[in-house]
Amino acid sequence: MDFVNAIILLLNYIFVPALAYGSQLALGAIFVTLIYGILRFANFATGDMMSFGTMFVILFTWYFQSVGISLGVFPTALLAIPFAIIFMVGYMLIIDKFVFKYYRTKKSPPVQLAMVSIGVMFVTQAVVRIIIGPSDRRFFDGEKFLIKAGEFKEMTGLNEGLAIKSTQVITIIVTLILVSTLFWFLNKTKTGKSMRAYSDNEDLALLSGIDPKKIVMTTWVIAGILATIGGALYGLDKSFKPFTYFNNMLPIFAAAIVGGIGNPFGAFLGGYVIAFSEILLTYAYRKFFMYVLPESMEPDGLVQLLSTDYKFAVSFSILVIVLLYRPSGIFKGKVL
Amino acid sequence: MRKNLNVIAAYSIMMGLIILVGIFQSWNIALSIFNLCLISAVMTMGANIQWGYAGLINFGIMGFTALGGLAAVLISVNPVQEAWSAGGSNILFSLFLIITMVLAVRYILKNYKKSKNRTYIVAGIIILGIVIIRFISEPGIEAIEEVDPAKTGFLGGLGLPIIFSWIVGAFFAGGLAFVIGKVALGLRADYLAIATLLISEIVIAIIKHEDWLTRGVKNVIGLKRPAPYEVNLQQTDWFINLVEKFNFGKLNLISDLTERQASLNQLVIEGSSVFVKLCYSGLFLVVVIILLILTQKALYSPWGRMMRAIRDNEEAANAMGKNVVKQHLLIFVLGSAIVGIAGAMLVTQDGLFTPGSYRPLRYTFLIWVMVIVGGSGNNFGAILGGFVVWFLWIEAAPIGLYLVNLTTAGLDDTHFLKVHLIESVPYFRFLMMGIGLLVIMRYRPKGILPEKIEIK
Repeated sequence: MDFVNAIILLLNYIFVPALAYGSQLALGAIFVTLIYGILRFANFATGDMMSFGTMFVILFTWYFQSVGISLGVFPTALLAIPFAIIFMVGYMLIIDKFVFKYYRTKKSPPVQLAMVSIGVMFVTQAVVRIIIGPSDRRFFDGEKFLIKAGEFKEMTGLNEGLAIKSTQVITIIVTLILVSTLFWFLNKTKTGKSMRAYSDNEDLALLSGIDPKKIVMTTWVIAGILATIGGALYGLDKSFKPFTYFNNMLPIFAAAIVGGIGNPFGAFLGGYVIAFSEILLTYAYRKFFMYVLPESMEPDGLVQLLSTDYKFAVSFSILVIVLLYRPSGIFKGKVL
Repeated sequence: MRKNLNVIAAYSIMMGLIILVGIFQSWNIALSIFNLCLISAVMTMGANIQWGYAGLINFGIMGFTALGGLAAVLISVNPVQEAWSAGGSNILFSLFLIITMVLAVRYILKNYKKSKNRTYIVAGIIILGIVIIRFISEPGIEAIEEVDPAKTGFLGGLGLPIIFSWIVGAFFAGGLAFVIGKVALGLRADYLAIATLLISEIVIAIIKHEDWLTRGVKNVIGLKRPAPYEVNLQQTDWFINLVEKFNFGKLNLISDLTERQASLNQLVIEGSSVFVKLCYSGLFLVVVIILLILTQKALYSPWGRMMRAIRDNEEAANAMGKNVVKQHLLIFVLGSAIVGIAGAMLVTQDGLFTPGSYRPLRYTFLIWVMVIVGGSGNNFGAILGGFVVWFLWIEAAPIGLYLVNLTTAGLDDTHFLKVHLIESVPYFRFLMMGIGLLVIMRYRPKGILPEKIEIK
């Protein structure tokens, strides 16, 4: 029985949260990797673009709530996401037209585009803060828990409870649907294939008659969808705060690079690698060992490898190690 | 003279703006803007050496700034004897262990051929070392943090004058840059940017959470000053006489004696804070001028020519027998050391060290905006960028407020749009920076004062 308790403990505190957090990172990482692979620059405005999309989700959620539309047990935000995506994609295409297009047609070095993306970062951040303000916002409504810890204990008669928040389940399911659609699109449809060809070898792709304008537009549209949904899921699960979103850019970058930048599947897995290592290394295993080990061997301390303060530092250290030994990432992205 | 006209013009306009602030707002504000402009100028010089001279992207400026600040704390704060006796030996022993660990790893890496076994052994040593060090340091750290946690709770520093920390800060930042450079300089440009950004976050995480060394988020306040204290100045005779002399005309208009004394006191209080700020300005100006002379000399020396050659064509420079890796490392260390000086200067001026205030937006990206706007590769441009961008960063809120009032003049004062816009005035600075950066990058990609290399 103790063993089952230990497993439930790990599920509750490590597996489920890490899976949800990893999914949110994965969406952001695919966003970064797509822009890097096709538009060929490191987008430092990632976090702020996500917060921009989330802002529209929140605004629409508020509107729907004020009109009285809701999805019952599901959060209203799910209904708001499609509308937010329209605005987000519009914003991205406007930015591309007025900012990035000039440098792309001029074939500027990627560094210059990265600098330009910092300008976009400042502007987006300002717009978000001017429209919705810098404070913490929660926009979740509907049923909060799928399984409550207490109910689970009663049901199974175990000591440890397993609480699963509905946002965690929604995050995982939406991510799986979105990512599988994306891979289907990239691997099976003509546009997707031409996107991959363009990413792989631009000149050859142009030579075989692929329209670069269409590719770029599709990329921004997909990026807009990913950023909005990723941001909204993060905001539903935790809360929306522009500053947190800006900071989330860092683990997202780490995930994209660990997975091999330019490789969407790698980025997807990279998100989970980062999330799991962050949580595994900073979790205090004391209770786990209390269940597993006989009483005489029970540990005194918290048995925590690193204090939770170093959560971010863990993912960055992983990144540094990966950069040192395998600059192309674990799952082989572009060789740099 | 003729060819430097735009430099002189740009700087005169900048000084004019600061003087205008002095006249219309107050000299106190003008001087604090000026001081931070000078500190920003030092930072931009550091970034400019790396980016403008050598084309290296360093997005870790925040980390080096914070290390400079840490140096200021470790140099100037008096040592906490109790903490040293409580846990000092543990900490020293852990330090010794870290050094042995690094040496052991180095020895293995140097003397054995690359193989799977070697990797495992190195990894084993590192993991084992971390576990042992944690076991040894933990009681020491706990003991140190328990010593009067409300006031100290850390080891303290050396108790030396804070000015020394400017040099020590440079060494700290340079040392970190050496390690990062060894690790990351082989990466491609945008990867180096991401790697340095993340490493600087790690540095901040350590500074924030290692309370025994830095007091962490509890902040260190009341650092020593290289300038006199306002309170002391207000009581010294020569200063009061000086203020009286300066405001002779104004004071003579007041006939009533008690009233005259009251207004003199007011002037002395105002004057003392202006005087202290002027002291800082003097110190900072000396640093800026020394660095400017050194960097200009370096730029026009054979070494500077070599750096530009490496920047413009790495392969060709390599083929000419220049050691690109070594030079990149050198310039990375030098630039970061200058940023470290700026970090120590910043903490010196503030008189307090707040690890929580180090944010990448303010200490990394803003500095980069300064370098790009001012003109990369040109030291005068970089300094000007520091002045212009910092000035706008501070003055953006008043300007934004003015614009909001102007555009919404037709609306009622309680109209929700107007209220909302006035509330969000502080964020107009981000908008201004972003648009400024985008416009400069598009229409004047080399900055306000572009790089100009004359062959003498």
